[in-house]
Amino acid sequence: MTGFDLTAILMNPDFGRMLLHGLEMTLVIAAGSWLLAMTLAVLLLIIRLSPSRLADRAVAAYVSYHRNVPTLVQLMLWYFGISSILPEALQYWLSDHGAEAIFAVIALGLCQAAYFSEDLRSGIRSVPAGQSEAARALGHSFFGTMRYVLMPQAFRNALPALINHSVSLFKNSSLAMAIGVAELTHAVKEVENQSFRTFEVYLIATIAYLICSLLIMSAGAALSRQAVLKGER
Amino acid sequence: MLWDILSIIQDNWLLLLIGQYPNGPLGGFAATLILSVLSIALAFPLSVLLALARMSRSPFLLWPSTALVYIARGVPLLMLILWVYFMVPVLIGANIPGFVTMLVTLVIYEAAFLSEVVRAGIMALGRGQMDAARALGHSYLGAMWYIILPQALYNMMPSILSQFVSTIKETTLGYVINVPELTFAANQINNQLLTKPFQVFFILALVYYLVCWTLSHAATVLERRIARKRAGTTSGTLPVELQPQTLTVEP
Repeated sequence: MTGFDLTAILMNPDFGRMLLHGLEMTLVIAAGSWLLAMTLAVLLLIIRLSPSRLADRAVAAYVSYHRNVPTLVQLMLWYFGISSILPEALQYWLSDHGAEAIFAVIALGLCQAAYFSEDLRSGIRSVPAGQSEAARALGHSFFGTMRYVLMPQAFRNALPALINHSVSLFKNSSLAMAIGVAELTHAVKEVENQSFRTFEVYLIATIAYLICSLLIMSAGAALSRQAVLKGER
Repeated sequence: MLWDILSIIQDNWLLLLIGQYPNGPLGGFAATLILSVLSIALAFPLSVLLALARMSRSPFLLWPSTALVYIARGVPLLMLILWVYFMVPVLIGANIPGFVTMLVTLVIYEAAFLSEVVRAGIMALGRGQMDAARALGHSYLGAMWYIILPQALYNMMPSILSQFVSTIKETTLGYVINVPELTFAANQINNQLLTKPFQVFFILALVYYLVCWTLSHAATVLERRIARKRAGTTSGTLPVELQPQTLTVEP
């Protein structure tokens, strides 16, 4: 084995570029699925708050499926399974436009939407009923009550869980390598195969992952500090 | 479609259940289950020690344990699997099977996450318990062993059960390093059939769903029962920073 040498990886134009591309792909997938998940979570929450029992059941089933099936299996079901029963024209279009990454974003986004919507829902449920009754009695409309009274409190309560799940969404983006997306973990395997400097490559990738996760955590902590009411602490 | 699914199950149920055993290594659902049970069983005692280290004042205990927890929280499980896959043979000078690689990784990873559950459970008990035990003449460890841990661990049973569900889901990552477990078996079937990927992965998702749903449901029931039993014995709700956080990660 050759001695420890980080520069052999970092200074090598090929390896450096591969790892950077990988990191870029990881960030694109994480950001794309985060946006999809958050949008869908708010939609699911609104559906669930409606009085219809059927809608409530349907959302509960959605959440239950995505929480009880491993994310990797969901990815495989989308990429190998659902893609094969799509219309052929759509299959061609997808394979021309990077099907792996698209399905990774869809699968990770749909999965995390279930977690986010549950976080938001328990945030709303933790606001006492008296709050919305008081707001309505003061003359706020339903949406006004939502916007100015319920949501700010619910968001504050849901924040820690949302941040935790955002971090796990970021970490789960590494699963996309199993369906062939060229993200960071995938790039790590490639560089390892070509350079035989396993330790160095793993160390670089681990630190990159750790920095991104810690950034998300500390951004979340800053948000929570801002959301705390004055005088609450 | 339904007919396809039934016939795939009929032809391959043994492979899904125990893999290629006795002609090959034990695999399929049995391997998934054994891997998860062993991981949690080994991770649990480790997690209690980690939690105690995280709460100690000695920097020699505090710093490494905190670092370990943050690494487990911040680095993807897949990356940790690759590390163990590479490092263990270097350290012990012999190759280990994928099953053991996966077991070692899951024990470390789960211990880190469970230690946060244990820590939250201990802190949720309130200082009074410890103060009273120390005032009665218990040593710190004695108080932990006889007074704090029995109560905390009882209250944490639902969280441990949900961590077990997460572990079952995490074992799927063994597929990446060719551990013969359930996901691996499903991929084998898919590679044989080639034409029915949707049906095969649908079955796979269904099996995981049934198992994990049952266990999560059991955790909820247990949680309600414990909450009812504790009703009136705790003093109000906990401050936010002491509430058990959902740290379960869901690969």
